[in-house]
Amino acid sequence: MDLEIVDGDLSSGAPEGPVETRWDRHRFDLKLVNPANKRKYTVLVVGTGLAGASAASTLAELGYNVENFCIQDTPRRAHSVAAQGGINAAKNYPNDGDSVWRLFYDTIKGGDFRARESNVYRLAQLSANIIDQCVAQGVPFAREYGGTLANRSFGGAQVSRTFYARGQTGQQLLLGAYSSLMRQVDEGRVRLHARREMLDLVVVDGHAKGIITRNLVTGALERWAGDAVLLCTGGYSTVYYLSTNAVNSNATAAWRCHKRGALFANPCFMQIHPTCIPMQGRTQSKLTLMSESLRNDGRIWVPKQAGDARRPDQIPEDERDYFLERIYPAFGNLVPRDVASRAAKHVCDEGRGVGATGLAVYLDFKDAMARLGHATVEQRYSNLFEMYREITGESPYEVPMQIYPAPHYTMGGLWVDYNLQSTIPGLHVLGEANFSDHGANRLGASALMQGLCDGYFVIPYTLGNYLAGQKPGTVRTDHAAFAATEATVRGGVDKLLAIDGRRTARDFHWDLGRLLWDKVGMSRDPEGIRDTIGKIRSLREEFWQNVRVPGSGDSLNQSLEYAGRVADYLELGELIAIDALHRDESCGCHLRTDHQSAEGEPVRNDGDFSYVAAWEHSGDPGRPRLHRERLAFDNVHLAVRNYK
Amino acid sequence: MTSATNGTRSYTLRIWRQSDNASPGALVEYRVEDIDAQMSFLEMLDHLNDTLERKGELPVAFESDCREGICGMCGIVIDGRPHGPVPNLTTCGLRMREFESGATITIEPFRASAFPLVRDLVVDRSSFDRVMQAGGYVSVNCGQAPEANAMPIGKDVAEAAMDSAACIGCGACVASCPNASASLFVGAKIRQFALLPQGQAERTRRARRMVAVMDQEGFGDCSNHGECEAACPKAISIENIAVLRREYLRTLVRR
Ligand SMILES: Cc1cc2nc3c(=O)[nH]c(=O)nc-3n(C[C@H](O)[C@H](O)[C@H](O)COP(=O)(O)OP(=O)(O)OC[C@H]3O[C@@H](n4cnc5c(N)ncnc54)[C@H](O)[C@@H]3O)c2cc1C
Ligand code: FES
Repeated sequence: MDLEIVDGDLSSGAPEGPVETRWDRHRFDLKLVNPANKRKYTVLVVGTGLAGASAASTLAELGYNVENFCIQDTPRRAHSVAAQGGINAAKNYPNDGDSVWRLFYDTIKGGDFRARESNVYRLAQLSANIIDQCVAQGVPFAREYGGTLANRSFGGAQVSRTFYARGQTGQQLLLGAYSSLMRQVDEGRVRLHARREMLDLVVVDGHAKGIITRNLVTGALERWAGDAVLLCTGGYSTVYYLSTNAVNSNATAAWRCHKRGALFANPCFMQIHPTCIPMQGRTQSKLTLMSESLRNDGRIWVPKQAGDARRPDQIPEDERDYFLERIYPAFGNLVPRDVASRAAKHVCDEGRGVGATGLAVYLDFKDAMARLGHATVEQRYSNLFEMYREITGESPYEVPMQIYPAPHYTMGGLWVDYNLQSTIPGLHVLGEANFSDHGANRLGASALMQGLCDGYFVIPYTLGNYLAGQKPGTVRTDHAAFAATEATVRGGVDKLLAIDGRRTARDFHWDLGRLLWDKVGMSRDPEGIRDTIGKIRSLREEFWQNVRVPGSGDSLNQSLEYAGRVADYLELGELIAIDALHRDESCGCHLRTDHQSAEGEPVRNDGDFSYVAAWEHSGDPGRPRLHRERLAFDNVHLAVRNYK
Repeated sequence: MTSATNGTRSYTLRIWRQSDNASPGALVEYRVEDIDAQMSFLEMLDHLNDTLERKGELPVAFESDCREGICGMCGIVIDGRPHGPVPNLTTCGLRMREFESGATITIEPFRASAFPLVRDLVVDRSSFDRVMQAGGYVSVNCGQAPEANAMPIGKDVAEAAMDSAACIGCGACVASCPNASASLFVGAKIRQFALLPQGQAERTRRARRMVAVMDQEGFGDCSNHGECEAACPKAISIENIAVLRREYLRTLVRR
């Protein structure tokens, strides 16, 4: 690939030396804002998920003046609410061998050596504080009879370090963060702006100093000035159209910051979750995740014979292939997500998939019911089983579930340094929207941990360091940069409304999703990716000629909101493909068919690709510039990830 | 993927259209064809909207996000019932196999004076946020938390608190109540914190303030109709309202 490469300009800014003390030493070096001055600073926090709500409330508690935005009607509906399984922390309550070091090691290894050691160590170190904080807020985590907190093992971990609240952990953690946020609204230190969509970043003298939002009810474009901007807008799995994410999840805010100069890192690192309800047809709007915790007791299998059309209960034990247990005896059904997903795809490609489409595998609870009894299975999984039954009409107590992998989480995102600052000073990025901690594959129950860690325990320190160097309130909304940025946004909105073509934004989104899923999904070959890049370009051109957005811009217009997000996805989609093509190796979720072992396992190329690929927008979505942040592994030695 | 698919279906929809709170609204009739039994109710509405958009007509505004029953965004009234005919299910969880082919389905917004209409089926439920701002929290700053296991909480207490905390804030309780009372919503939060040790310090202040804001926002009184429990997609029990009463009485004693 012919690329313009810029090297040597990206530094994480993390201190050198022993990894255990980096954060302590760094915190000591960070500048502080005088308590009496904090209220003079305004921080614009975009997003109210775990990352946004925790950051907004904590900064307000410290005394900053916070403006908080979200696209939903209330902060409590941010997509974090949907997380089911749990949140990790290195508390080692079960006394089963966990430690900060082990969580650090598991995360680096799980990410297939494409994450930054300093950040990951800090995450593991701070994880225990998150649980303390959430419990103090009244989050009703699961408990043991003696009243202590319960733990379970989750997605690939050999220790039980996951805390949970039934199958609604994300909801309960979000409601905890939301409650702290509501308290700060009541105290007058956070002002809440729901149903606002950030459509651009205002950059003044190279610093992020404001945002432009569209009021989704009145259609008005609004200017907000601040001394720093925190982007906590979540991930972009919905670029694939069908994913486990909420239907309003989008990359618009992040993409527009990218176009203003923030580098976008590892966009092709996309997690495909193994346990989702399979796709059924063109009218489907999303794929529902079945929590990974099901893999603790459920066994995954397909018939040994291709084309075996018998009902599952008529296939005898010795004609079933429990393929994860067979291939990965040490980890069995608990192998990491990317490994489980690829194995499922592989057996389906062999013609052994089940269900109407042949794109599904069984997740069977028969043995668990025999071993644990109906009551225990019900206690552990009843709400998930009920959800499955509502959607499919079948009861997992009676017949095995059918599952298939689906796009779920984006490890890629805006590049940030150790302070969570993007390449635009003042613009900080938290939660799933940044690229920081999960490398090429995220471990289950680690996203909630990262979002809350960023918001509760990292940004409150690191933002102060940036603000201490800024005079508060220097830029107001009458600055020329606001007028210019607002005009750009208005131009974009008007253009969408004026096209008046024949296809809906959903049609384009669907097509883009299929292109990416087929060639830049679970397995990727260079020819296919090249071909897809061309097709995405043509689709984008067609979009700008032929999309139809009814209605006007001066009131609630969901078609307009959606079309804007699809327009951004048509550009981001191309960058995802370019990144996948340039990364001429396999690692974690990124399986290139030209770099795999005889058994189909990814083969890394550490000599050439042990770096974060951070892309700079050049004006032409087809010609981004590549910046490389070299990764050093001083503490966890580079090794082949082996789950056998 | 299951045997529930039995050909495609068609329906007559009567949908409430209203451009904003100040304008008059009316039920408008639409036909939808080629609906699969497996489609969700919201996918059926997506399908209608795609057809309208292609014709250059304004699609029906309705809200949803997670589409898996947890964000609480999708509430609408279907044939007179918030979230439709299936008990303990959000609108997004509803499948078209629940509706006989050829049926006429009436679709309206949640109606309550505390939920002003925004457009078509979209209402403004920010009054719920304001009730929460009045005390739906434990006042603990980040950094002040003691070690998580320092305070044991019995499994039964934690489970009971979780039963209340499961509320998704959709507003179906309000929409189903003849008085448009928010007692179930408020009671669930009050009970969660009344059960937990963390909630004790602010127990009195919380109940007093949340009830005051609930009244101020224009929610009605509870007169024990019990419709809310039946409409709640998360099966939040009416017992939460009894706890709300008790907690509120406590505030009168402890002035
Ligand atoms: C079904 C499901 C289950 C999951 N289960 C788990 C689990 O068990 N454990 C785990 O660790 N992780 C889990 N995850 C992942 C995890 O939930 C997410 O990664 C995490 O919650 C993201 O949090 P966030 O705060 O970064 O973003 P979100 O929660 O996505 O919040 C984004 C916020 O940004 C706002 N926003 C977006 N765009 C704009 C804009 N342009 N203008 C203004 N506001 C905007 C939104 O309104 C919202 O408030 C799960 C994910 C899914 C999809
Ligand atoms: S869309 Fe989230 S509960 Fe229905």
